[in-house]
Amino acid sequence: MSTSDQQPERPRLAVPELLIGIGLLACAGAVAWQTLSIPVSPLYSKVGPTVFPYITMVGMTVLSLLLIVAALRGGWQPEEEKETPTDWKAMGIVAVGLVANLVLIQPLGFTAASVIMFVLICHGFGSRRPLRDVLLGLILALAAYFGFARALGVNIGAGFIENQLNMVLDSIIRMLRG
Amino acid sequence: METLSHLAHGFSVAFTPVNLMWCLLGTTLGTAIGVLPGLGPALTIALLLPITYQVAPEASFILFAGIYYGAMYGGSTTSILLNTPGESATIVTALEGNRMARSGRGGAALATSAIGSFVAGTLGTLGVAFLAPVVVKFALSFGPAEYFSLMVLAFITVSAVLGSSSVRGLTSLFVGFVIGMIGVDLQTGQPRFTFGMSQLLDGVDVIVVAVGLFAVGETFYMASRRYAGKDEIVPLRGSLYMTAAEWARSWKAWLRGALLGFPIGALPAGGAEIPTFLSYAIEKKLSKHKEEFGTVGAIEGVAGPEAANNASAAGVLVPMLTLGLPTSATAAIMLSAFQSYGINPGPMLFMTQANLVWGLIASLFIANVILVILNLPLIGLWVRLLKIPAPQLYAGILVFATVGTYGISQSPTDLVILYLLGCAGFLMRRFDFPTAPVIIGMILWPLAETQFRRAMTISNGDWSVFYKHPLSLTLLTLAFIGLIGPQIYAYIERRRMRGPEHVPGDA
Repeated sequence: MSTSDQQPERPRLAVPELLIGIGLLACAGAVAWQTLSIPVSPLYSKVGPTVFPYITMVGMTVLSLLLIVAALRGGWQPEEEKETPTDWKAMGIVAVGLVANLVLIQPLGFTAASVIMFVLICHGFGSRRPLRDVLLGLILALAAYFGFARALGVNIGAGFIENQLNMVLDSIIRMLRG
Repeated sequence: METLSHLAHGFSVAFTPVNLMWCLLGTTLGTAIGVLPGLGPALTIALLLPITYQVAPEASFILFAGIYYGAMYGGSTTSILLNTPGESATIVTALEGNRMARSGRGGAALATSAIGSFVAGTLGTLGVAFLAPVVVKFALSFGPAEYFSLMVLAFITVSAVLGSSSVRGLTSLFVGFVIGMIGVDLQTGQPRFTFGMSQLLDGVDVIVVAVGLFAVGETFYMASRRYAGKDEIVPLRGSLYMTAAEWARSWKAWLRGALLGFPIGALPAGGAEIPTFLSYAIEKKLSKHKEEFGTVGAIEGVAGPEAANNASAAGVLVPMLTLGLPTSATAAIMLSAFQSYGINPGPMLFMTQANLVWGLIASLFIANVILVILNLPLIGLWVRLLKIPAPQLYAGILVFATVGTYGISQSPTDLVILYLLGCAGFLMRRFDFPTAPVIIGMILWPLAETQFRRAMTISNGDWSVFYKHPLSLTLLTLAFIGLIGPQIYAYIERRRMRGPEHVPGDA
């Protein structure tokens, strides 16, 4: 590639970037599959529902190929990102917290699932006082629940804790109204 | 003159006790989330979108605008005291501001950024009030072809021109396009990109995307970075009052910053990075105290970029309100709030929703006054927020993120999408892909498709509408230059500087 006498260091293949490029190419493939499966009604002529999906498909393909080329030529990670090791353990614990929330939110209700997630994420970030975190998580989850459910009128999945508290609240309101 | 009477009417809307309360709530919340690292206005407004089902449009936009302006004020506090810019617009503030704080002049840095934000925010809001009606008159002559071309130009500028790499910016944009197209095509009723899943027929909510990318992705990123060095909070020393010399050095920088920031923000390109960096460069060049730059911290280097940042934030509202063209993630989410009310931002907005528009603009003036009070005398309160430990902060953010997402539909599918987008957000953050183009792309792509179809229907399927109308041709040409220009420029630079040698990382 280079014509100068001094042979520059051959750019090395960057594996993470290559994986990202390949992943995006796979996304482009999924887009292509979905685009081709859009039925085109013969009634509509001018601009059907497939024109913009086709543009998106072509764009995604070209861009992921360009990214793969860039990965083959050494990648694009900023130096400081490369030098800092990734804390997989912390990320793993945070991910476990999210999955726990996903699995538990329907059987246990929002508050209980949130407290478990809160404690796990705190643990992932290095907090070593689980009892205090349970308390904090409970306060925050209840604040979030009642803030959204009562003030914004958003209906969030209620479980045992919420139902008890809602009953208490409603009876207090009834008492106040006399 | 017409503008003044509209403004007077706007103040009569904004000065009702209820709307003043929304403004106070928005500015307080905005400052808080601006101060807290890991939270930004786009995420906060997305989480509060359900409020649009509850209150009048005036109230929610006054709230959102307060959050938007407040986050700009709060962000500078974090930059100065913690040296962790919460967003790209405050990177420059951290350069000199943190040095000033370390050399014991943190008070003056906070004061010049708060007062500078006030001056520039007020000038910028005046700019909105006077420029918007002009743009509206101009925009009334736009047809669908012009709108489509304008959107193409905005797509290019927000993804390819700004930021570190046009390929990565465009990739983010196209990912946004894909997300934006999921669901039923409104014109033909065909499901698109749903992979046969009925849960996807309604499309993916912008709340889920914004929360996934900004909250979940950021939490993953921060968890993975625990080995990176920790920034320490510089204790706030020195009085908050600026000396006469500091005033003298600040006021010109404020005005220059505002004059730079507003026009660049108002262009259909947006972005606060360019005006802040430009302002920093100009202040450094003009300063009589060059030796303070990069050593003990120069006050001009805080005053100018902070003013530029706030003026450009105001400028972004011009294309958003007059053309329905969002150029930042926050503006795109505000646009979806308009859609949730069934209101289409655009030139007609100023006729049909005069109460809303002028009430909103008037409330921005009020917000600026509230914010300068919140951020100067009450600064100690916000500094305390910085001391919230990271574990509890990020865990708390995710609790709110879950409420906001799960509350929309109560379907675990949304949570799965949220967490998948969180993983994507982590990878984007880690590998330097910008996230704002995803949000802008997903909101604006369906609108671009609508305009495209309208134009093609009017022209009877003749493609030449896009290049036979002079204005449309100009906009498309500009977009093309925006796409190609930086590449050519970089290529020439590379040849000139180092000969025909490969530079890694030019994607």
